Amino acid sequence: MAAIAKTNPQGQAYSSKGNKDRYLEPLAAWLMASPAVILLLAFLIIPFFLAFFYAFTNQRLVSPNPTEYVGLANFKQLLTVKILRLDPIVDAAGQPVLDETGNITYPREREFTRNNPEYPQYNGLQKWTAWDIGGSRWTLLAGDAVFMRSLINTFYFALVIVPGQAGLGLLLALLINQRTAGVNFFRTVFFIPVVVSIVVVSILFQFIYDGDNGLVNNTLVFLTGGRFTPVDWLASPSTAMPAIMVMSAWQAVGIHMVIWLAGLQTIPEILYEAASIDGANGWQKFIYVTWPGLRNTAVFILVTITMAALGLFSQIDVMTQGGPLDSTTTVIYQAVQKGYKMQDIAYGSAISVAFFILVLTVALVQRYLTREKDV
Amino acid sequence: MKSKVWNILAGLAIFAMLLTACGAPATAPAAPITAATEAPVDAATEAPVVSTGPTKLSMWYHGAGNKTEKDVLLGIIKDYNESQDMYMVEVQDFPQISYNESVVAAALAGNLPDIIDVDGPVMPNWAWAGYMAPLDIPQDKLDTFLPTTIGKWNGKVYSVGLWEAACAMYARKSVLDKYGIRIPTLEQPWDLEEFNAAMETLKASGEYEYVLDMGMAWKGEWYPYGFSPFLQSFGGDIIDRSTFTTAEGALNGPEAIAFGEWWQNLFTKGYVSGTTQDSADRDTGFIDGKYALQWNGNWAGGLAAEKLGDDLLILPAPNFGNGARIGAGSWQFGVSANSKNIPGATEFIEFMMQDKYMVQFSDVTGNIPATTTAAAASKNFAPGAPFEIFFNYSAAQATLRPPTPAYMSAALTFEKALADIANGADVITALDTAADEINADIKANKDYGFDGSVVGPSIKEDEIAKANAR
Repeated sequence: MAAIAKTNPQGQAYSSKGNKDRYLEPLAAWLMASPAVILLLAFLIIPFFLAFFYAFTNQRLVSPNPTEYVGLANFKQLLTVKILRLDPIVDAAGQPVLDETGNITYPREREFTRNNPEYPQYNGLQKWTAWDIGGSRWTLLAGDAVFMRSLINTFYFALVIVPGQAGLGLLLALLINQRTAGVNFFRTVFFIPVVVSIVVVSILFQFIYDGDNGLVNNTLVFLTGGRFTPVDWLASPSTAMPAIMVMSAWQAVGIHMVIWLAGLQTIPEILYEAASIDGANGWQKFIYVTWPGLRNTAVFILVTITMAALGLFSQIDVMTQGGPLDSTTTVIYQAVQKGYKMQDIAYGSAISVAFFILVLTVALVQRYLTREKDV
Repeated sequence: MKSKVWNILAGLAIFAMLLTACGAPATAPAAPITAATEAPVDAATEAPVVSTGPTKLSMWYHGAGNKTEKDVLLGIIKDYNESQDMYMVEVQDFPQISYNESVVAAALAGNLPDIIDVDGPVMPNWAWAGYMAPLDIPQDKLDTFLPTTIGKWNGKVYSVGLWEAACAMYARKSVLDKYGIRIPTLEQPWDLEEFNAAMETLKASGEYEYVLDMGMAWKGEWYPYGFSPFLQSFGGDIIDRSTFTTAEGALNGPEAIAFGEWWQNLFTKGYVSGTTQDSADRDTGFIDGKYALQWNGNWAGGLAAEKLGDDLLILPAPNFGNGARIGAGSWQFGVSANSKNIPGATEFIEFMMQDKYMVQFSDVTGNIPATTTAAAASKNFAPGAPFEIFFNYSAAQATLRPPTPAYMSAALTFEKALADIANGADVITALDTAADEINADIKANKDYGFDGSVVGPSIKEDEIAKANAR
């Protein structure tokens, strides 16, 4: 509003009218902002505070039972992690009991985590993962093992996607930032996936990744002259997430390419000419002219891709439903699954709150790392 | 500075105005509707003689997009509206995929219609939540129905279905003859060894991509509907039906572990395609000869019969020790608890319970009519008709998914456990985790009322009811 007042060309001579405008202008501004403000309030800000509130209760989606305050119980279940050391099962002679394949056997974690009065600290926990080190089995127990796997998967996805997708976008932007014939054709081709719904893309890629007769397998078999053994990409815990990463990057890279391109075109041609006169080669021009010129663009892209990557949901919901063996489940997918499908709104809210704090932390860290150091 | 404060205040004032202005239209449409439904009721109940027009009964239906099905429903509504002048039913239909969400949202907002339809296993959840009212329908009218088409919760009837669905093993006679596999009957279905041996024989032939199409491509309700009867046939269950307050022992006991190991074997031995099966293969894989056997519902019978003709066999579910079982409980009709016209809505449901309407529904949808007499009059399920056998399977083997409000959440847990086991998870751990999760949900919901204040039917009672019906 201050900006509007400054640009008002009316001077002192019309002071009485100007005064009236001073009251009307903010009125008009609020009026114009109101549709967005109301929608944001109704669908973002109010639900945001409701999530904080519900996270401390036992609110259900469908229930005749009254809502009760439960304190930090939801967060406790969500975030508890404990280590349990298991010693091998030994026979009467003190020798470890071996199974059919000759491996040392250990007691089941459930003997410690269910109704064992000697280990109340482990009661109700789930097995997250385990390592056999130095003759013992070290088991990581969690209040909600699936949530822990979701956290890891979400970070894994973000750590690959953020540099990968940003780098690929920059590469494409450099390629299409040239004044050659047909460049518009490539700009269009690279951008097309962005305008296709991610749900449609996900369904199509399910067929492309098919283990029996998918396009990827057929192509690889053809290119290697039959030496490649077809892989069911979405069925194996080690390939499912990478397959989703490749698809997600392919679908979303176009938008970042365009943002990089916009950044590239703000760099004055004169700088490149000066660099040429100084005898700089292509790589030196990129390092000393292009990259510093793209600084603000890079920060923007870093932040937006990080946000989008941490919010991974649609691809998972359509393609794998978190499987196989929790290898693709994510924080948002868990929030929807628990809060809505399993009707536990309170727990879903707790996951959302944890997610909010996570994103906030990441954003603050990024803000700190990318701050203007010379100011 | 002063003007800035003033600006903010002005802004807030406008904002408040806009909020109230926006709030008004949101509630405004609701007002006339309640007025419209309430006013005539009062007129009808307090002074029926003075009533000027029929009371409107609103109804929601899950089958949007299916024209033939809707035509049948509209026909029934037309018949009913013309048969009396007290009530006037109006239907609004929803796509199935968003129907349950719409009902839950409407219930939370207090805007449920008078008559709803509800999927069988979901009904106890909605009845427990107070969305639905018990139906006051004479027992002798219900007696003729297949027991699994009557939805009961806490000893009361809440919903009535006009049709039932049934699963069976689709096969080719020529294939079973070629490999010397016995054709099972309802009286003597395959047992575990026989079924495993048949799959091994078919696998060894090398003629098929996979021996058996379980329908892994269909996520969601198909897993508990299609596969939990196998678990029950082994002697396990999703929830212990003696108390309905725990899954311990039912879902992770020795019988359930035997089922889990058998289930995992299907995938490790390569009999069944994994969880990434694509839906196109599910639809046509058996017909195209990619799969030797297919586990599917009666709805797939029409296409299979058309393509395979006399070669098609529709075989009963195998018996894994505790009786051959198939899933039961399809879409049913009920009355919402906050309806102002419960007697009228109930009357309409009673009106729908006529053989001729069940025949009409069955003829267009391929589902099984809910009574013997309607089945006898229907195109597909009359004695000697192509799919009569489904009616027999349903009458003999149908087992309800656990009729408890906990089912909504337990079904998802069960689905995840089965997908994990198929993908190679440790069977015992997967089943233990699922049992723990279901128990935690039951506990968080204060036993869903099963602390003595409500009663649920035991699996034995189901069987007695079934025996009586036969």
